[in-house]
Amino acid sequence: MESPQIDSARIAQVSRGLERAEIERREKVFTVTDLAVSYGGNPALEDVTLDVHRNTVTAFIGPSGCGKSTFIRCFNRMNDLIPGAKVEGTVLYHGADLYGRDVDPVDVRRRIGMVFQKPNPFPKSIYDNVAFGPRVLSLKGSLDERVEKALRDAALWDEVKDRMKDGALGLSGGQQQRLCIARALAVEPDVILMDEPASALDPISTTRIEDLMHELKRDYSIVIVTHNMQQAARVADMTAFFSVVVAEDGSARRGVLVEYDTTAKIFTTPSDKRTEDYVTGRFG
Amino acid sequence: MTSSRVLKNRAFEAAMLFAMVVAFGTLAVLLVDTLVTGWPQLDAQLFSDSPSTQPEEAGARPAILATLYLGLIVLALSVPIGVLTAIYLEEYADRKRWWNRLIEVNIQNLAAVPSIVYGILGLAFIVRGVGIGRVVLAGGLILTLVVLPTVVVASREAIRAVPDSIRQGAFALGATKWQVVWRQVLPAAIPGMATGSILALSRAVGETAPLIMVGAIVYVAFDPTLLGPYTALPVQIYNWTKQPDPTFQTLAAAGAIVLLAIVLSMNAVAIFLRNRYRKQW
Repeated sequence: MESPQIDSARIAQVSRGLERAEIERREKVFTVTDLAVSYGGNPALEDVTLDVHRNTVTAFIGPSGCGKSTFIRCFNRMNDLIPGAKVEGTVLYHGADLYGRDVDPVDVRRRIGMVFQKPNPFPKSIYDNVAFGPRVLSLKGSLDERVEKALRDAALWDEVKDRMKDGALGLSGGQQQRLCIARALAVEPDVILMDEPASALDPISTTRIEDLMHELKRDYSIVIVTHNMQQAARVADMTAFFSVVVAEDGSARRGVLVEYDTTAKIFTTPSDKRTEDYVTGRFG
Repeated sequence: MTSSRVLKNRAFEAAMLFAMVVAFGTLAVLLVDTLVTGWPQLDAQLFSDSPSTQPEEAGARPAILATLYLGLIVLALSVPIGVLTAIYLEEYADRKRWWNRLIEVNIQNLAAVPSIVYGILGLAFIVRGVGIGRVVLAGGLILTLVVLPTVVVASREAIRAVPDSIRQGAFALGATKWQVVWRQVLPAAIPGMATGSILALSRAVGETAPLIMVGAIVYVAFDPTLLGPYTALPVQIYNWTKQPDPTFQTLAAAGAIVLLAIVLSMNAVAIFLRNRYRKQW
């Protein structure tokens, strides 16, 4: 289990100059209002309202079953792939309804990339992995240049440039995850969603992914789900804390948004008792 | 002092060894016996001549050719139909719909139907109903029906073995369903589907009963055509074994060697494919 202390030195370092007012002046990428998600009639997440801003890292933290992974999958409509999943409320993407009648989820996903919990490179060569997105989307321009740029941006180029034709499954776990990030970058998305991207990686690989996030937020907006609080403290500008509410009879559990604020505020002076208990390690 | 648990251990090992010897011993005896019996007749004449009432002049050329034709027809029909059915059931069908569940149950059942039943069906609907007669194409269609459920089941297994994380990763990049299936799921499933299809094909090549039903006739003195009368190697072998002249028995054994060689080389291709594209995750 993680240590309960908060690395306040790093929080100060990360969040310096990022006051809430400043973040909120940035363009809104997502505006979520009264969002609720259920699977086959069982509510998984309810009553979520928050904004995600451009060029920031927004972290979702909370105990298992709090709906944070369910929530992040609403942003690229991956929940559409799960039979019985139902999303209510509104999610606006640059002001347009993401769940509008004429919106094709396939178009949503080409703008909003995703990196998964477990590295999932395709069983193909390193090159073909990165080239897959540009190929299926028939993107114009040189494929070689696009692949190289994506790999450079994902800080993987130097390690793989001499073996682009080798199978991607021969890479280490950390390299595979950076390959998945490169794969997402190759289609030039607007937002990158990361669902616990470092949970299957060793500490050194984790650090590299976190450093990468700091680089990437200059050009992209990043949303990350993590169960590692230190990680949220190190990488995120804004943090949303989710918790589990158990029904009175103990039968149903659903996630709710407890508090959403700057990372520094969430980790140092949270306004909700539940947040404080969680970030200091008394719960969860 | 040997304790009873050590004895049990040894007894179990002996039982397993015995089971293996029975299985392999039977196979080995059959193979050696066939080889020894058929060897004298396994010559060029077997491949070049037509059957004859004179055993010295008899060959199996039309039967061997027809068996190869049948194999090609089965391959050309059962693989595309079987693979597309498997893709539909695994990737597109909504399991909540009763008709999709009905199809699933029926495919399982069809795989267990005796092949003679397909022969009767083929006689009624293809040979007489459609009226194409007792021709190579009719035999190929029947054998396709016989092995189709096996191809579907094997292909479904192969598709199901592709991890869902691959599909999710492709969807997350903005690929359409068709692109996910065509560019990720199918290439990853090909080794399994190829192995299953070839094993089904080698079963089809050895089938005798349905072909007798749909009129693989015994005496064919010319090379078969798609819409002409034919015999098949297993039928030819069966017929030779019924002849009184012992030379025909030798011929039957030689034919069996050829059939075995065809089936075993198909299985070798299946094993090669399986090892060549070993599962990568």
